[in-house]
Formats: sequence, C-alpha cells, structure tokens
Amino acid sequence: MSSAVPPAAFAEVVIRPRQPVGHYWRELWRYRELFLFLAWRDVKIRYKQTTIGVAWAVLRPLLVMVVFTIVFGRLGKMPSPGGLPYPLLVMAGMLPWQFFATVMGEGSNSLLLNANLVTKMYFPRIIVPASVVVVSLVDLMVSGMLMVGLLGWYRQAPSIQALALPLFLLLGLAASLGASFWLSALTVKYRDFRYVIPFVVQFGLYATPVGFSTASIPERWRPVFALNPMVGVVEGFRWSVLGTGVLDGWVLSASTATTLLLLMTGFRYFRSTERQFADTI
Amino acid sequence: MSALAISVENLGKRYRIGASRERYLALRDVISSGASRALKRLSGHAKDRPEERDFWALRDVSFEVKQGECVGIIGRNGAGKSTLLKILSRITEPSEGEARLRGRVGSLLEVGTGFHPELTGRENVYLNGAILGMSRREIATKFDEIVAFAEIGKFLDTQVKHYSSGMYTRLAFAVAAHLEPEILVVDEVLAVGDAAFQKKCLGKMGEVAKGGRTVIFVSHNMGAVENLCGHAILLAEGRLLSESSEVRRTIEKYFQAASGSDDVATEWKRASDGMVHPAFTPERFRLCDPSGATVAGAVRNDDAVFVCVEGTVGMLDPALKVGYSLYSENGDLLFWTLSTDTPESNWPRPEIGRCDFVSAFPRNLLNEGNYRLELNVSLHYREWVCEPGKNAPAITVAVRGGLSESPYWTSARPGCLAPMIAWSVSRPLGGPPA
Repeated sequence: MSSAVPPAAFAEVVIRPRQPVGHYWRELWRYRELFLFLAWRDVKIRYKQTTIGVAWAVLRPLLVMVVFTIVFGRLGKMPSPGGLPYPLLVMAGMLPWQFFATVMGEGSNSLLLNANLVTKMYFPRIIVPASVVVVSLVDLMVSGMLMVGLLGWYRQAPSIQALALPLFLLLGLAASLGASFWLSALTVKYRDFRYVIPFVVQFGLYATPVGFSTASIPERWRPVFALNPMVGVVEGFRWSVLGTGVLDGWVLSASTATTLLLLMTGFRYFRSTERQFADTI
Repeated sequence: MSALAISVENLGKRYRIGASRERYLALRDVISSGASRALKRLSGHAKDRPEERDFWALRDVSFEVKQGECVGIIGRNGAGKSTLLKILSRITEPSEGEARLRGRVGSLLEVGTGFHPELTGRENVYLNGAILGMSRREIATKFDEIVAFAEIGKFLDTQVKHYSSGMYTRLAFAVAAHLEPEILVVDEVLAVGDAAFQKKCLGKMGEVAKGGRTVIFVSHNMGAVENLCGHAILLAEGRLLSESSEVRRTIEKYFQAASGSDDVATEWKRASDGMVHPAFTPERFRLCDPSGATVAGAVRNDDAVFVCVEGTVGMLDPALKVGYSLYSENGDLLFWTLSTDTPESNWPRPEIGRCDFVSAFPRNLLNEGNYRLELNVSLHYREWVCEPGKNAPAITVAVRGGLSESPYWTSARPGCLAPMIAWSVSRPLGGPPA
C-alpha cells in the first residue's frame, strides 16, 4: 500500500471560500458506503430490542387506525369509496403518512444528532438526512405486514393496480427526501425550528386524506388540497393497494409537481447552507 | 526538489460574534427582532442591528509542505491550530485565501468519531472505517491487523458500551491507524490511552511518516513533535509566528511566547456567588513571593515561591483537608499535596474566620514548562469542596530558567521533572586502596 504513487496521479483539491464541491455526484458515489453504513446503524439501533422496535412500528398505525375508524367512519359517517371496510381505507392512508411523518421528525434532528460527525469529519452532508429515509422505509416494510394481514382478514385480493405501488413509493420517497433536506438544514440554522415540526405533523395529518378519502373534499377545494405533496402519495398508495378509490388525474399531477418542487428546492437549500454547518451546529 | 503535497496561501477564517454570543439563530429571535425593527421603522426610530464583531480565528497563514514530510503544528489553545486542521480537512470553509492539497486526505481530529455504544466492536470497526473514508473491502482486508493492534481479542463481539475507556480508545485508534491516505491530518490523538499504548501510537505515526506519506500533526506534546516531525509551524492568535525545519528552535519560541502570555493566571478569586461551603469557603488561590505579593509571570525553578489558599472557615471540622493537585501541560497529574500529609501532630490548625493555608512551592523539582495547580479541598472521605478535574479553581505557574547553576546544564532537559540530585564518588568496598 505504501508503494509510492507518482505525484501526477494525485487529484488536486483546491479549498477556497465559497468553492462549490467539485464533482458533487462523483463525491456522493464515493461515499455511498458511508450512506449505507449510517442507515444500517440507525436501523440496527432502532431494532436492537427487536420486540419493542417491531411493536412500535406496528402498534402506532394500528391504534391510529382504530381511532380514525371510529371518529371518521362511525361518528363522522364519512363515505368509503366502493363500499370498502373503513379500517382498510384508513390503514392504506396511514402507512405512507406515517412514513412521511417519521422522516419529518427524525430528519429534522438528524444533523444535530450527528453533530460530532459533522464537526469532525468531511463527507457529503446530504448523506445524513438521506439515510433517515432508509430507516423509515424499513419501518414502512414492517408496518406493511399489518396491511397484508388486514387485507387477508377482509378477504381482499390484490388487484392489477398493485403493480403501480413502487411508483407511488418512489413519489413518497421524493417527498420525504425533500422534507428531510429542508428541515435538517433549517434546524441547524434556526435551533428552535424543531418545535415547529410536531405542529406541522399534527396539522399535516388532517390536511392529508389519511382518515378520510379525497372524495369527501368538495370539488372546488380539491385543487388547493392537491398542493399538499402527500395527497398524491396517499391516494395513489390507497388506489394501488385497495384497487378502488379516486385517483384524479389533476390531483395526482398537481401533487407530483409540488413533490418535485419540494425535492428540488430542498436539495438546493441544503447545498447552499451545508458549507456553514460545521460552524453553526 | 520533491513535489508539494500542500500549499496554503493567505488562508483566513473569520467568525462573526453577534451580540447574543450564540453560534446559531433562534427563529423566535429572528421573528421578534424583525418585527421590532419594522415597528421602529414605522415610528421613525430606525436603528441598526446590534453590533456584530469579527473574530479572525486564522489570518494570513501561508506555508508549503513537501510530499512525505511530517509537520508539527504547535501553539497555545485558541491559536488557530484546530481551525487550520478543519479547513485542510474540508470540514469548514475558509473566509479568504486558498489551500491546495495533492492526494487523498484522511483526517483524524478525534479518536472514535461515530463510535456507537450500542454496537459491537466488530460493527464499530466497519462503521468508523467508513466514516474515515475507507471502503468496506479495505477494512475487511485489514480487519485482523486492526483487532490485533487494538488488543481487544475476545471482546470483539461485545457492545462497546461495556468496554473500559482504555479498550475503547485502543480500538478507535487502531481503526484510524490503518487509514492509508496520502495526506494524514492528526489532532492531539496521542493524549489518550496508557503510556504503553501511547508509545505504540507514536511508533505507528512514525511508521506512517517514514512510509512516504505526508503528515500534519497538531499537539501540545512537544516531545512527540520533536521526535516525529521534521518541520514545525508555530501559530499564535491565528497568525503564523514561525515556520522552520529546525523543530527544536520553533519549540523554544513557543515556550518564549507562552511565558509572556495572559493564560498564565497566577491568581484566582471567588466570584461573589460561587463555591460557598459551611466548613471552608475558598476566597483566593494564588502564588506569592516571600513578601506575600502575588507572583506575576514566570518563576525561576530556584525562586522561593509559596502557594497560598485563603478561605473562610465556617466551622471547625477535623476532616478538613486543604491542598492542591499539580498537572503538567499535557494534563498529566503529577502529584497531590494536602495539609494533612504530615503526622497528625503537625497539621495546621485553622480557626473560625479568615485563614490562610500556605505551603512552599517545591524548588528544583519541575522542568521548564507550564503547570496547572487545581485547588483540592475536601472533608476526608465525606465530601468534596473543590474536586480537581471537576469544579476546582485553577491557577497556572510557568517555570522558566533557574534549572541549575551547572555549566553543563544550560537548557531544559527531556522529561517533565528536572530535579537536582547530589552525586558523590566513592570506591567500591574492598577495592584496591588509593
């Protein structure tokens, strides 16, 4: 290993003020293993005590499903498209929302939790908020078992639309990455930003068709409603898992557009602030 | 003739110190100050923002490092050493100037960055390796070497939280030591572990340097810098004070600069609200000369100097022990001395009210250097009043000169002590008569 490499072979790195990282994507690729290791570490820690880890991923959506079924289905008498059992409707909305909400909560804190890495090591900072998404994805897989079980209980066979599921997962991934980039960078800059996040999560739960279907929203409000990036994800998820429901072309495209906007602006904001992270964290 | 590995030109790093002295902003403050400014503007009382002060942690620093050179960076705390390392390892960006690095940079600013207590030793080796920039394959091929170097053997699959601190540091250093970048940036990592392991680490560092790699090494351990480095850079208050391949000379300059510095505080006084204790409340802790005046600046090794602890005795407690702990510049504990070290009949007997505990500072014992005295007051085996390393007030004594009158002994010697011990000559018993 110590055999001398001719000096010409060394890549020269120039450090200047406000110098953008050269070859950003190549740099990211070079650090792909660190990304996987960080994600693996967080998954490992979370599921270290297996029973509690799994129970947490399963119990939360299950309880919310029961509550929402009672509040929206029984008391609110909200319609269920295609006459589907209400718990199925709620669960199919709950899973993608929970995924997004977890990413918001943990993504915003991710850089602070890894402050020692940020202040002592060089690596593309974006790895940290991105690896949070992987952990939530594993959570989603675990709680997905619940969905499978529930489908079996109601004897609901998967339809051909289930093939579109990966597409909506991808859309959900894009939305949560965008949110994670924004929130992690903002939390480093404004330390009390994290107090805003529980509120956003609370509010978002009701601004997203989790406990009800988009069909319950009056027609004229739908364009506004569709600006929420998670509306497309949740409705698409429901549509492909349950085989019924409304998947309005307009709602989906508006929601997809805001998702992509969230991802792009999040990425750019992160890139523009990351150079100061080590000084402010 | 050999190629440059690092060239640094006019490098500078500025920090903004706001009026709030906080490093980060609070959304609440941004909103409220924005609102109040808007209100003031409306009412015609436009006023500027609170003064922000610029602080240059590093300024106008230029130097070059050849390939395969081992460079030591020395300077007092706050001289900008860490800032320089952080810029070179691309953790933070400079405010002006530029640095060019030729080769892969591996930085080691802390031992065990990213170690997770819940993971096993094996898992942490892989995780830490990835954080340091090694590939999984690279770690796998060196894995056995790393484990052997760390001497943790059968604890490999135990969670790191169950490790002793020695095992922890050994493992962490072992991973780092097997990093093989072209340029290695190291900050003060040798200040850890027991003596044997420190020696092993130093040996490894020397090996790395001899293996043709470029090493940048920050340390307060002048002995290590002198042994390892062929070039030294002295920083003071963010500026480059001296740069030379005569490492010894640069180290001497460092000591000269340190002796005139203000971090040699020879007196401590109690803040009005701090450290009150019913048995003994320390009021003042200082070094003084035989006339009772506080010593300012450095002392000679043969000066008569006294350590004086003034305090208020609130109640008489036979368990009261007053003394101090002496630390070397590297933070090594040299000794404790307490008022109760002698036979009980000789103990000082304080009375209620103001009392001074005085002891002569040992002469002809310490080498040149800066030493820290921490107040050590407790009620024997019951309670700490001032615990060294925890809450104890500290003062510093700088020992300069006066080591010996001997014509053969003109400068500081190796070692942290420089005792003067008399020698005599005698003939072996039963030897031939004179």
